[in-house]
Amino acid sequence: MRMELIQPFINSADAVLAQGLQSPTSIENLTMEEEAYRRKGVAALIWVTGDIEGRIIFDLAPETAVRVASKFAGTELPESDELVRETVFELANQIIGNAVTSLNDQGFHFRVHPPALHTADHGPKTSEDTEALVICFETCIGDVFMNIALRYSHSHRLEAAVGQ
Amino acid sequence: MEKFAPVKRSEDGQAVRYLIVDDSVFARKNLARMVESFGGQVVGEAGDGVNAITEYDRLNPDIVLMDITMPQMEGIEAAEKIVRDHPDARIVMVSSVGYQENIVAALQRGARHFVQKPVKPEVLYEVIKYVMRDDGVAARGAGAGV
Repeated sequence: MRMELIQPFINSADAVLAQGLQSPTSIENLTMEEEAYRRKGVAALIWVTGDIEGRIIFDLAPETAVRVASKFAGTELPESDELVRETVFELANQIIGNAVTSLNDQGFHFRVHPPALHTADHGPKTSEDTEALVICFETCIGDVFMNIALRYSHSHRLEAAVGQ
Repeated sequence: MEKFAPVKRSEDGQAVRYLIVDDSVFARKNLARMVESFGGQVVGEAGDGVNAITEYDRLNPDIVLMDITMPQMEGIEAAEKIVRDHPDARIVMVSSVGYQENIVAALQRGARHFVQKPVKPEVLYEVIKYVMRDDGVAARGAGAGV
């Protein structure tokens, strides 16, 4: 996977999390995922289609999700609260939306679909042309995981080939 | 949250009435907290574009804060339909997807302004004042917060 596709997501997650949590974040680790994805807890799945296609999973351990949601809500939320899931969804939306904005400004055109709850314990295995990258952000209230599997669409690759 | 001088309607000095449209409950609550800190009143909420149109017809709010990416009907299409029936509607798009084409499309279809998520209260406050400039007035005192 090309770093030019990933960097906007890293920058966006760093900015959105740092602003919302009012504390700096850092990348704890960054790994290529070779096996099927294993969900950590509360996870939002967002598909993108267009010049770039694939999916991003935004994933927090249940206790981290509660702490993050409580911080954003400005009040302590119970683990079962619907707002916890909603907060994770909205954070995913903001991070991916900001990254897409940056990629669009670089000439890539694509559409972001509304987030969906990712309930499966395991995600689809990566393939040769859609490797997944897992980024772990360390924040003041726990780790936040982003699993990104994107590739240039077939039509975009054709255009690039014709243009060469 | 910072203190903002309340933005009132100039015609009657009443609170500005808001309709908040977003498929995320969290985002709606967050925006509601902000506009209430500006002295506004949230008169309705909707989770998609179809309901936004229905709620606009029913409530006739002063300002609509409208997300773009939503199920059933997206925000830009809903804004266009609302403005077609209510040319004076003040719609502010609030979205994390802030690239130029999206902004231009929203403005061309009748939105008055665009605010990118994550929303900073001081930015939204200035946009509200700007959008209400023909009809709203920020009360003096209480620290403008900006």
